[in-house]
Amino acid sequence: MTTRLWKIFGGLKLPGFKTMSMSQATETPPLPKILVLPLKQHIGHAAEAIVEVGDIVLKGQMIAAAKDYVSSPIHAPSSGKIIAIEQRLVPHPSGIATDCIVIETDAEDRWIENEDAINANYRQLDAGVLRDIIRDAGIVGLGGAGFPSFIKLNPGSNHMVNTLILNGAECEPYITCDAMLMQEHSRKIIDGLNIMRHALQVEHCIIAVEDNKRAAHTMLVNALQEHEAEYIDIIQVPTLYPAGGEKQLIKTLTGKEVPSTGLPINIGVVCHNVATAASTATAVLEGKPLISRYVTVTGEGVSHPRNLDVLFGTPFSQLIDLCDRNSKAEQFIMGGPMMGFEVSDDNLPVIKTSNCILVQSKNTKPKFVMPCIRCGQCAEVCPAQLLPQQLYWYARAKNFDKTQDYNLFDCIECGCCSYVCPSHIPLVQYFRFAKTEIWAQEQEKKTSDIARQRHEFRQFRLERKKAENEERKRQKRELLKKVSGEKDSAEDSKKAAIDAAMARVKAKREKQSITPENTGNLTEAQKKTIAEIDSRRKKAKDEN
Amino acid sequence: MHSSPYIQNNENVSRMMLAVIYALIPGTLVYIHFFGFGVIINILIAVITALICEVAILKIRNRPIKPFIYDGTAVLTAILLALALPTLTPWWLPALGAGFAIIIAKHLYGGMGYNPFNPAMVGYAMLLIAFPKEMTAWIPAETHGLNFFDTLNYSFFETLPAGMNYDALTMATPLDSIKTQLSLGYTLDEIHTANSSLFGNIAGYGWEWINIMFLVGGIILISIKVISWHIPVSILGALAFMAMIFNFSDAGSYPPISFHLFGGAAMLGAFFIATDPVTAAASNKGRLIYGAGIGVLIYIIRTWGGYPDAIAFSVLLMNMAVPMIDYYSKPAVFGAPNKG
Repeated sequence: MTTRLWKIFGGLKLPGFKTMSMSQATETPPLPKILVLPLKQHIGHAAEAIVEVGDIVLKGQMIAAAKDYVSSPIHAPSSGKIIAIEQRLVPHPSGIATDCIVIETDAEDRWIENEDAINANYRQLDAGVLRDIIRDAGIVGLGGAGFPSFIKLNPGSNHMVNTLILNGAECEPYITCDAMLMQEHSRKIIDGLNIMRHALQVEHCIIAVEDNKRAAHTMLVNALQEHEAEYIDIIQVPTLYPAGGEKQLIKTLTGKEVPSTGLPINIGVVCHNVATAASTATAVLEGKPLISRYVTVTGEGVSHPRNLDVLFGTPFSQLIDLCDRNSKAEQFIMGGPMMGFEVSDDNLPVIKTSNCILVQSKNTKPKFVMPCIRCGQCAEVCPAQLLPQQLYWYARAKNFDKTQDYNLFDCIECGCCSYVCPSHIPLVQYFRFAKTEIWAQEQEKKTSDIARQRHEFRQFRLERKKAENEERKRQKRELLKKVSGEKDSAEDSKKAAIDAAMARVKAKREKQSITPENTGNLTEAQKKTIAEIDSRRKKAKDEN
Repeated sequence: MHSSPYIQNNENVSRMMLAVIYALIPGTLVYIHFFGFGVIINILIAVITALICEVAILKIRNRPIKPFIYDGTAVLTAILLALALPTLTPWWLPALGAGFAIIIAKHLYGGMGYNPFNPAMVGYAMLLIAFPKEMTAWIPAETHGLNFFDTLNYSFFETLPAGMNYDALTMATPLDSIKTQLSLGYTLDEIHTANSSLFGNIAGYGWEWINIMFLVGGIILISIKVISWHIPVSILGALAFMAMIFNFSDAGSYPPISFHLFGGAAMLGAFFIATDPVTAAASNKGRLIYGAGIGVLIYIIRTWGGYPDAIAFSVLLMNMAVPMIDYYSKPAVFGAPNKG
């Protein structure tokens, strides 16, 4: 089949180191005694534990539920007992500890019985129901960031999706888990693609495979023939790093560029990883949630590099030992050498995004970093068409506004610039630093904005209250004034009435105070005696 | 613990600079063949001075010495400067130029990677302005009759073998004589006939071969991806374009394209001097603008300016324009709205 492919800008031809881990079939390691399951395994919200310490759980039982829209549940990878829900070290670039559910396995590996979860006739299901099944199975993007898949299957009514791409490019050196999965489970991948296609109601599907994965391509083509699905194209893309970057792959296949700050959905494309498709098929057709994945264990630190089908929560160390750890095993990288991150030790659990464990010897000493000579090789290889040297210049000067002028946030951190830099400048490290600083500043600004808004609102509230009080007082005063005006006239009449009453009483009293008649006809002697008595009384009264 | 990527290619600054130095060898050998051992004496004096100055300044600036000596930039600066000098010169001329280039033009501006002006050309321009007589007198190609010791003797003691006289021995370069004689009213044909030994086949006896060999070295550098094609192609293209227009309008007064492309230091300038990444524009679009500016300026200064050749001033003038070129030649990023 001849399909037109578009060229992407930049990129690198890297040594692959892929055959070393592909010489034998994928194995399932023995059941670990302890499984450690971090509640937060991707961007978005952490899941919330729905079990308690001491609970007995079955394989496939949901043990942590999605807490928000951008969140994904977690299931028990094997049967056993919850022995702890506590902070443990997890594989993360920052080396932090987060909440984990710890299961002590009982060696029985008993599945939870859930016949209802099997939906072989998914084509009769509503897209929303299908998405719920996929969400409840804890399926996230297994290619890298681990973004909850059901969200990417929900384009919303305002977006037209015309192409669904399954990404099997796997362009980073050393990693072969997707290639092995395509070889070993090609049919399941096509099943998963069909389910995703139904959920998205999209016509055209593409499975993209790098042209160095011949076996995977052949197996997919064979599986497709059984399906007779002419709406699916299996396309080989040139082996070039980072051809498997989402935006780069879309450009290669469709010629369209995802807008600078946008998403594939903006140009009518949805892109999922092949392993995500396979686990979608498992979830929908077999009713089994996402509890394991293919992991490539490779590098010079293991004598028998290979792919393993690993239960989540299995410690790296067990897998490294299984692949025959040797004396060069000093540095442990989760992911590939270009975009992975070094972890502090090998005792961390495999999580949903652990595609590869790269075990190698530590570089003896870091290369001396020379000043930038502006040679521009970084710009030649940058697939985002940025000017890394200018970005570096401004990031180092902490001139973060300028870094955004130079489109810092279009950097996909593929590492091509650092790889070619003749001065050995760790460019990507500077870009990550600048991004983190800008996020922190924005967070701070947001916080201070909220604080300012609160303050302003308080001011406003106080002023309003004051104004209201003033108004109320004024109204009261006015009211008082009005009332007191009415009162004056009322009082006058009252006073008049009182005066009249007083006058009447006075008059009455005057009338009453007329000297009694029995003292009217007194003799002079009597009068004199009375007067004497009166004066004596008066005197006595005065003396007192 | 540093972050990804954990792998790197084997490229480094020293290897790049070494590649440039190796690519200079063919042109330099032909230069020695035509103009004598003064070339190599100048190179040695300039390199030694540059290294001494580099170490001294690094010590004063408290910088690690080894990585900056091995990066090869000081040596390359010294070689480029020495290749631009007349071949019969007193020793202090390359020494002064190299010292000025390293101390003033390179380290006073912050050292490797930070200098806005091409150090070799700053050194050259300083010498040309300060010592115009020494800087414009060249011995004739091949017929000068000086051996290694004669040249060495002149370099250190300014004495020539008996019967030889500096003023009689030296003369103007083809570029210089054409300019002088055109200004005296001769036509190109008359000048050529009168000085047939000076002009050779295309652009001056000896000079044309030196330019061809620098062109070869430059093509090698492009093919091994040490430099990109943008700057040399745009310089030579712009220079050729200017020469074509004026030669077409008046062939008697304006030399043809070939004379400009293979005369003077055109190829050395286009492939080795203007391509110094530190002082050139950064993006490919910017490099095309930068190169075109240099090409046009070379033609203008050669034709109407006061100096015989124009590489140094053209490069320095465009160095000044680099920050502005860089600002206005930002490439559109992946997925930019104005792209398809």
